[in-house]
Amino acid sequence: MAYDKFTILKSTAVPLPIENVDTDQIIPARFLKATKREGFGDNLFRDWRYNGDDTPKQDFVLNNPIYSGKILVGGHNFGSGSSREHAAWAIYDYGFRCVVSSFFADIFKGNSLNIGILPVQVSAAFLDKIFLAIEADPNAELEVNLPDQKIIILSTGESESFDINGYKKHNLMNGFDDIDYLQAMKNEIREFETERIY
Amino acid sequence: MSNQASTLFDKVWDAHVVRKIADGPDVFFIDRHFIHEVTSPVAFLGLESRNIGVMYPERTFATADHNTPTLNQHLPVQDPLSANQLKALETNSAKYGISHWGLGHARNGIVHVVGPENGITLPGMTIVCGDSHTSTHGAFGAIAFGIGTSEVEMVLSSQCIMQPKPKKMRVNVNGTLGKGVTPKDVTLYIISKLTTAGATGYFVEYAGDVFRNMSMEGRMTVCNMSIEMGARGGMIAPDETTFAYINGREQAPKGEKWDKALAYWKTLKTDEDAVFDKEYTFDAADIEPMITYGTNPGMGQGISRAIPTSDQVEGGKATYDKSLNYMGFHENESMLGKKIDYVFIGSCTNGRIEDFRAFASIVKGRKKADNVTAWVVPGSHIVEAQIKEEGILDILTDAGFELRQPGCSACLAMNDDKIPAGKYAVSTSNRNFEGRQGPGARTLLASPLVAAAAAVTGVVTDPRELL
Repeated sequence: MAYDKFTILKSTAVPLPIENVDTDQIIPARFLKATKREGFGDNLFRDWRYNGDDTPKQDFVLNNPIYSGKILVGGHNFGSGSSREHAAWAIYDYGFRCVVSSFFADIFKGNSLNIGILPVQVSAAFLDKIFLAIEADPNAELEVNLPDQKIIILSTGESESFDINGYKKHNLMNGFDDIDYLQAMKNEIREFETERIY
Repeated sequence: MSNQASTLFDKVWDAHVVRKIADGPDVFFIDRHFIHEVTSPVAFLGLESRNIGVMYPERTFATADHNTPTLNQHLPVQDPLSANQLKALETNSAKYGISHWGLGHARNGIVHVVGPENGITLPGMTIVCGDSHTSTHGAFGAIAFGIGTSEVEMVLSSQCIMQPKPKKMRVNVNGTLGKGVTPKDVTLYIISKLTTAGATGYFVEYAGDVFRNMSMEGRMTVCNMSIEMGARGGMIAPDETTFAYINGREQAPKGEKWDKALAYWKTLKTDEDAVFDKEYTFDAADIEPMITYGTNPGMGQGISRAIPTSDQVEGGKATYDKSLNYMGFHENESMLGKKIDYVFIGSCTNGRIEDFRAFASIVKGRKKADNVTAWVVPGSHIVEAQIKEEGILDILTDAGFELRQPGCSACLAMNDDKIPAGKYAVSTSNRNFEGRQGPGARTLLASPLVAAAAAVTGVVTDPRELL
């Protein structure tokens, strides 16, 4: 599925300073029953966001109007658990384009990159600085600069570099995906397949 | 390269790299692809919108499991959304010529149970599925891991995915396990030591006496849970136990093909001087029957211990407090004697015949506690048939338990098998995340023996007292 190209994102951010945010919290299994990729954002963090009677939980950050933006900032080990890409779809569909944490679970990170969300891994110390900056001013903006692989807290000027492999960076900046790449090398795959013992 | 000592993981991984991309992932060939109803429909939609087909339909296997009811499977599925997904799997499989073991098929069951029991999973293979517990198949010396739906679409359309090669970890457990200590306890112990993120970025090889002496069912339980410490997968070198398990299974190689395969499988082990990026060694004697007290699988401990205080665990106090608050537990409390409401035995972690044998060993001659609702759910129809053949069903029935039909069931509660809010469930499944088994449900992960002990006493009980 096509996604927005990612180059430089300047935005306010939504803080979620909880560790080990798992994919069952991001999108509970009972909302995985669609056969189309539509509407998952409505159920993002469903059980943290709504009471059993579907009224919003006032103390959850997504229900607090002072926080908004295209960047979600989460605690250590964000996205652990299931391989459901629906978790990344829900985050994208809600409107986030970037998730910042001090550590990501592998599958979640891969899924995010595949659908056009940039996972930015920063040091624990820098993550704390981001949380502090947002706490001081919910309108504090972050700049996520993919070409330079740099994240900047604009209110304080503090910045840190982040890693991403060159292949994925190129894909994100151009809106390409892996399927195009693989389709273009089918002959090579076919040749490889004939050598397989299974 | 050939002169260099390499690990089991290296040998299987390197044999499947079609192309290496500089400063990027490997183009990685997949031998076997399993699909189910929940994570495949959008991948098929993707194929349609791009107007591309399935490159090797004979390499993909479909089974329905996540959504399926565990009662009255002969009737139409009541939930229209579930029914729609099951129908989509059937239609897509038929359209592209993919083998489909849907609801009602004699070989239907949980994907990670049916793959191995039908000889589809073999040593040295690469196996993926849109489900993180695909790591189960690593028990056979395969590289097996969970993927997202975009990758399901990649495998369908090109039989490859793009993967950076993970780092390598070895976890050794040596010695002999004590009475009442099962493979589930071994894996919950390892995860409690490494934490829920301790193996992220790694692929794990399990080695040492304990795994050598473990059955294939037990090895599957251990490899299944690898993802719960963040590892993409875990694997165990194939040996005589592996070969004996595979021999004669429906889709296993036969005759000359068997001999050829066996010769190859015997090469699948880590060279003596191969180096791992990280290595841990544990002593089997330190492992007790385990139980979790929190909201991730790393929050487990020996069943006789008290719940730790926040300064005894890794991570921040706020997250720890949130977790205990959700569970309704307090620091320093004992787990033993806590009243429980539900018991669930089943899932891709503990839904195999050996698990029901263990459960029955404690239940035999006892009665289900009145305050407990128990869901006994086999991993497949083949397991269900074994339960009946071996007389386990009679033991269960005499004790007041009812056997359900196969599926993922209460492990992730996508069907009707939901634990009600606030209730405590001792569960043999793999995740105790908030709401995993139903909104507000409180999960205590444990082995089939611990589940059985809880089921007959109504409280958290050390199974060693009942053996």
